[in-house]
Amino acid sequence: MATDALAPLATANAPKAKSELMLQRARAARLFLIPMLVALAIVAGWPLLRSIYFSFTDATLNNLYGAEWIGFGNYLRWQVLESGTVRYRGVLADPDWWNAVWNTVRFAFWSVFWETILGMIVALVLNAEFKGRGIVRAAILIPWAIPTIVSARMWSWMLNDQFGIINDLGMKLGLLAAPVAWTASADTAMTAVLIVDIWKTTPFMALLILAGLQMIPRDIYEAAEIDGVHPVKQFFRITLPLVRPALMVAIIFRVLDALRIFDLIYVLTPNSSATKTMSVLAQENLFQFNNFAEGSTQSTLLFLMIAIFTVLYIWIGKVNFDGGDR
Amino acid sequence: MGATFDLWKTTKTVLFYALVVVIVVVSVFPFYYAILTSLKSGTDLFRVTYWPTSFSLDNFRQVFTQGEFPRNLLNSVFVASVTVILALFLAITASFALSRVRFRGRSLLLMTILAVSMFPQIAVLAGLFEVIRFLGIYNTPWALIFAYTIFTLPFTVWVLTTFMRDLPIEIEEAAIVDGATPWVIITKVFMPLMWPALVTTGLLAFIAAWNEFLFALTFTVSNQTRTVPVAIALLSGGSQYEIPWGIIMAASVIVTVPLVALVLIFQRKIVSGLTAGGVKG
Amino acid sequence: MASIELRNIKKSFGAVNVIKGVDLEVKKGEFMVFVGPSGCGKSTLLRLISGLEDITSGEMLFDGKVVNSLTPSKRGIAMVFQSYALYPHMTVYENMAFGLKLDKGHSKDEIRRRVERAADMLQIRQYLDRLPKQLSGGQRQRVAIGRAITRDPKVFLFDEPLSNLDAALRVATRIEIAKLHEEMNDVTMIYVTHDQVEAMTLADRICVLRDGLVEQVGTPMELYERPDSIFVAGFIGSPKMNFLTKDKAAAHNCATLGIRGEHLTVSPDGIWEGTVIHTENLGADSYVYLDMGEEEPVVVRLDGASSYQSGSTVRVSPQAENIHRFDEAGKPIR
Repeated sequence: MATDALAPLATANAPKAKSELMLQRARAARLFLIPMLVALAIVAGWPLLRSIYFSFTDATLNNLYGAEWIGFGNYLRWQVLESGTVRYRGVLADPDWWNAVWNTVRFAFWSVFWETILGMIVALVLNAEFKGRGIVRAAILIPWAIPTIVSARMWSWMLNDQFGIINDLGMKLGLLAAPVAWTASADTAMTAVLIVDIWKTTPFMALLILAGLQMIPRDIYEAAEIDGVHPVKQFFRITLPLVRPALMVAIIFRVLDALRIFDLIYVLTPNSSATKTMSVLAQENLFQFNNFAEGSTQSTLLFLMIAIFTVLYIWIGKVNFDGGDR
Repeated sequence: MGATFDLWKTTKTVLFYALVVVIVVVSVFPFYYAILTSLKSGTDLFRVTYWPTSFSLDNFRQVFTQGEFPRNLLNSVFVASVTVILALFLAITASFALSRVRFRGRSLLLMTILAVSMFPQIAVLAGLFEVIRFLGIYNTPWALIFAYTIFTLPFTVWVLTTFMRDLPIEIEEAAIVDGATPWVIITKVFMPLMWPALVTTGLLAFIAAWNEFLFALTFTVSNQTRTVPVAIALLSGGSQYEIPWGIIMAASVIVTVPLVALVLIFQRKIVSGLTAGGVKG
Repeated sequence: MASIELRNIKKSFGAVNVIKGVDLEVKKGEFMVFVGPSGCGKSTLLRLISGLEDITSGEMLFDGKVVNSLTPSKRGIAMVFQSYALYPHMTVYENMAFGLKLDKGHSKDEIRRRVERAADMLQIRQYLDRLPKQLSGGQRQRVAIGRAITRDPKVFLFDEPLSNLDAALRVATRIEIAKLHEEMNDVTMIYVTHDQVEAMTLADRICVLRDGLVEQVGTPMELYERPDSIFVAGFIGSPKMNFLTKDKAAAHNCATLGIRGEHLTVSPDGIWEGTVIHTENLGADSYVYLDMGEEEPVVVRLDGASSYQSGSTVRVSPQAENIHRFDEAGKPIR
């Protein structure tokens, strides 16, 4: 990617002789870009290629260089037993993997779904003019500023089955009949994770949507007001279509983020198969269970899924990231 | 007729403010509760209260005297600061090229940079591990500084590029007429104009580096080299059933208070920095 | 101190040709004004001369030497921008000294002397320690001009420097620039504007541009008296020249007859008849708009105030020596 983009620097169409100024600028641009590109190549490009490579080998944590190429074996391989039945092996035949895929997709869908709705509500509130708006904006920045690990621990304390304030509150209000082991029980673990993630990330969503809302000229609403358009109709006919571009970008940022979730689940619901996501599974295989090749395969598959999703989303949704060109 | 209308209006106002209160309380309560818990000691800890009932700094004292927490704190500060300085240094010059010099493939390059910042860190984990081992920086803060470049650099480049694109072109041309080279334009003309942007971007990158967990968990293995998030995640008591909640909350409050303070001080700047690039006209 | 020569200069942005082959000579110490409607390429031409933009083809010579590939600073130009383009974080003094500081080999004393000399010329010495944001629009524009003077340029370029100022300030600054030209009479100045009044009042010579080509070059009076085309005739002079067609033109053996408002005389035995649409009294003179069956109303300019009833009929005659005749192609018949 680097060399291709760098070759034809500076104004394209000029024939032979370029002025000293343009040459100077082109030279400077090249010089300025190279350190960044080299840095990115070393920390992102090369490691990505190596990770993909490892997924086709039998590498282990202690034997990275002696790894041998085994093709698609880590992905799927099969064995015909003497009895004639075929036994499938590899990540693609591993129920744990598909469980993690399902958990990740479920988590990403529900968290982004709720964050979008709640984020929209918060953004609409912040877009209205009222006393104390500054306080609300400051308040919603707090969950965003708290490190994920810290919020995971805070919430796991609040969701504690015996001494947790959530159970206490729920029972006092009559919403819960008995204390719930939120993070430990398989039925509620995902809910717990979702609650914490939604709490932490809705502010980000709200701020992105708010930025979009604030670009809608006020007089459009005034015109609608004069025409007697009902507020609900105003929202669906004016606000939603106009904020759509901002919303689309916000959603993709969030989905990509949700698909790679690791820290929250690792800390909040350790070892729970009800919440184990692709990232968690891959990390465990890579560095804890000494299944380096398998972990690489899983991380490669995750990368592939995210890449395909992104391309489809941008293509179908016609998302425009660039603010303009100069 | 008038009366019912007023009633409806009042109800609406009341409902609106109720919603506002709910938003504020839900946002702030967990942090408040963490502070509350951190100030409790002994058996108080296991009595649910909604208001401060006791005040004890025991937990804070323990955080600083037991284990390696002060060391972890220093590690975090060091790693996050160096990461930010490095990223800003590389990003300022690169974003000048990306925002001010026209060349073919520029938008493709920008998209690639954005993609790098969005792609799953787990996808490079294995390869990065190999590089870090090769460089001999495994289990040192440098491993983290190195690894964090993968998300701080694209982010700073992206945000600074959008900021720089908005600087008036005529100022740059005036500098060119005055005989300024690109380097002089960046250092003498643009940098002084971009302080707000640099502070914002730096702060956001700092927060990201401060909070990072996956790389920190994977590339450091000893108590002395860990950063705060890993330390907090791995804090545990004598046995599996004895989680030191008070100490955990105290540590949590310690690492969060500076962040919350910074975020509240730089509120406006942070909001504009977060939304830069993502949503623009 | 430099003569400038443009030889078949062309400029295109991608597939769009903005400058389509311009030949032009600007003499040493001359005040040349580029004028034309928006999109005619006048600003682009200025930027080509400045060196901020690459020339697509053709040759640009300063004092007989090709400068096509030289940077702006090596060409010895200074430029005043429409938006002032002052460095917001530097004081007025630093703004003016920036170029000299970058150009190694000037002592601190020399820089101070030159900045102060320029500041005195523009009466901005008392502002030297201020930041641009503490100055008014007019003061900022003086600083921008001062910054250019400090560099002691061979060629002084102005890109619509007055268009951000209000009307009163515009006139005052215009006079300032005219004075500056007298004081620095060996510096070549090129000035871009879309305002023909600025062009007429400032220029030694005017270059009228249209669609990326030079329409006519000449002194203000040459353009006023002997326009080379209908376009120039219509562009130079205020109010705009009247154009008459059909039988009125045919009577003078041309496709279009041009006559300025000030060259029409009202008299009972005038050869043309028109209906008064509207009268504008400006005090010193007045404009009477007549409907003569042309696409646009015909303007008559009269000294002093006038009071013609709208709807009344007025007879006018052109002054024979001031009639401009144009053929179908818009070229003058002389």
